[in-house]
Amino acid sequence: MNKNGKLYFEIDGKPCYADAGQSIIDAAKANGVFIPSLCHVEGVKPAGSCRICNVKVNGRVMTACTTPVEDGMVVDNDIPELIELRKAIIDVLFVSGNHFCPSCEKSGNCELQALAYRYQIMVPRFPYEFPLKDVDASAEHIFHDANRCILCKRCIRTITKEGKHVFAYQGRGGEHLQIVMDKELASLLTEQEAQEAMEICPVGAILKKEQGFIVPIGERKFDKVPIGSDIEKQ
Amino acid sequence: MSQKITIEPVTRVEGHGKVTIHLDDQNQVAQSRLHVVEFRGFERFVQGRPYWEAPVLVQRLCGICPVSHHLAAAKALDVLVGAGTGDGLTPTGEKMRRLMHYGQMFQSHALHFFHLVSPDLLFGIDADPAIRNVIGVALEHKDLAVQGVMMRKYGQEIIRATAGKKIHGTGAIPGGINKHLSPEDKEAFLHGPDPMNIDKMLEWSVSVLEFFKDYYKENQSFIDDFVSFPSNHLSLVRKDGAMDLYHGVLRAVDSEGNKILDDVDYQEYDNYIEEEVRSWSYMKFPYIKSLGPEKGWYRVGPLARLNTCDFIPSPLAQAEFEQYKALTNGKPNNTCLHYHYARLIELLHSAEMMKELLNDPDLMEGELVTKGTKGSRGVGLLEAPRGTLFHHYEINEDDQITRANLIVSTTNNNEPMNQSVNSVAHSWMDGKTEITEPMMNAVEVAIRAYDPCLSCATHALGQMPLEVSLYDAENQLIDRKRT
Repeated sequence: MNKNGKLYFEIDGKPCYADAGQSIIDAAKANGVFIPSLCHVEGVKPAGSCRICNVKVNGRVMTACTTPVEDGMVVDNDIPELIELRKAIIDVLFVSGNHFCPSCEKSGNCELQALAYRYQIMVPRFPYEFPLKDVDASAEHIFHDANRCILCKRCIRTITKEGKHVFAYQGRGGEHLQIVMDKELASLLTEQEAQEAMEICPVGAILKKEQGFIVPIGERKFDKVPIGSDIEKQ
Repeated sequence: MSQKITIEPVTRVEGHGKVTIHLDDQNQVAQSRLHVVEFRGFERFVQGRPYWEAPVLVQRLCGICPVSHHLAAAKALDVLVGAGTGDGLTPTGEKMRRLMHYGQMFQSHALHFFHLVSPDLLFGIDADPAIRNVIGVALEHKDLAVQGVMMRKYGQEIIRATAGKKIHGTGAIPGGINKHLSPEDKEAFLHGPDPMNIDKMLEWSVSVLEFFKDYYKENQSFIDDFVSFPSNHLSLVRKDGAMDLYHGVLRAVDSEGNKILDDVDYQEYDNYIEEEVRSWSYMKFPYIKSLGPEKGWYRVGPLARLNTCDFIPSPLAQAEFEQYKALTNGKPNNTCLHYHYARLIELLHSAEMMKELLNDPDLMEGELVTKGTKGSRGVGLLEAPRGTLFHHYEINEDDQITRANLIVSTTNNNEPMNQSVNSVAHSWMDGKTEITEPMMNAVEVAIRAYDPCLSCATHALGQMPLEVSLYDAENQLIDRKRT
């Protein structure tokens, strides 16, 4: 611990400082180190569901979003072993859904796509599963497409209406596990709330109706800078 | 002994097709057909998808003229979102789309003439195929090859500036466009370093037309006599009869110029156009309903457009149009290889229209999108490089597409291409037993004149080798040649 009451730790040999209770992923961001994640939402209780933020803490693999920093901690992040692990997870996410980037309006703003670009994944190493998934277009402002869902649970944890969760898991324990939308609650969402829901989704599973492709190519989030580079420039 | 000749695939066209020619016992052509052998599917893929995805999804059926599909789908969706039927957009929305479209027309026509057709003209259709190709053009006629490459590049850059990408952009959205033209792009297109500026593109458009006209003077009998047969012609024209490649009303004329359809609102296209399915091709056969399938088939594309329109609303192209029309005393032109002549006049028109639009301040500022009361059905038509393109969508109350119907430019030319193949087969193969490479190429030259895009026509992805096979009456292979 240093004199300002901050916890001292290291990521890939870089000296870093964190507040007590701060997660590794948040503290890393504050110190200009990017740890990738598809399920983490800053300020929301972590779920540890995507496992892409796996780091090595004192030699053990742990999720950076659920593990708080401890004083003197030594963290490995950008090392070949973890990069391979993350690429494998991204590969699995691509082949276990139906991700057709060419016609997806989230293309350019999609975090899964952006991570694939960052890790230079040209083609998945696993065979495509082409699963049969549901599309639910019944809500007034939301188009929910389970084909693109990566089960990160961001929507379950953050999107509520009248104190109730709009999205929920269905089919737990089997191969039919998917996130479904409560039609009645979803229909109560305002256009603004639908927009926020679309933005919280890391992929193109939640779309705000009737406004596709409104941001031109070149101005989308990841068109000019790779994902994570904003953190690394700090 | 009767024989069956197969040309598969046809080369220097977009997509994958084959030709079969049956010879009877006296080696006379008994039957000839152009088969399109690609799988069909986009009309089904798009069902269930949100309607605003269609312009981006459906354009993926082609990498050559995706802009045409992108814009035709967007025009259909304009109707769905209550933004009017092609003339209700904001000035910025319509003019940005028009610039995108003329850029597309310019690059596509340049590609076709310089890359696909010029080898036949420069070296002759019976020249050694090792030379008769785009590499041969680059080696023997470097200036022409460079023009072709740079003109295509200019058109592609126009597409990038308006759609976001050179291939498969996202610019057109229901009710308008998603961007303005940037000041940097405008300056570059108007005054970029030689040759990448609009004045050089205009100069080259004029010079390539002169090149063709000189060729025509020296080879008039070949151009005029190669394949010629009467047909109907169909295209969009502006309300006042002017050529308009982006929007208008349907007009069809017969081989003598008598109007069959005129001033038809294309939202009702299905009252006037019907499609016939034949078992041997994935490509359908459209025809004008009132005339029936036997007499109602028609040509589309540059030849048809110059037959249906009354004038071209840009001065240089209009002057060329007048010379061109004089060849047939103002009557419709029914000569197959005149497609090339008409295409080059359109190339010049596209360059003129791009220059006019690039100087229009509406591209730099103004509202991008407009919407009105949403409906459940929309039809979008435009004149793609290869001809009239129909997109028709219907949606449910949840904004999902429930039905899509695409009649692609090349599909409209299905029967004329078959007629052309038949004509060449008779004149080049009647009485012959051995297949020579020039014979095969003659068939392809006829098909190539239409600049067909067989991938588009069956809404599929494909690739193309060329193979000609000769079968005896028992269907035993007796000869095969590949290129």
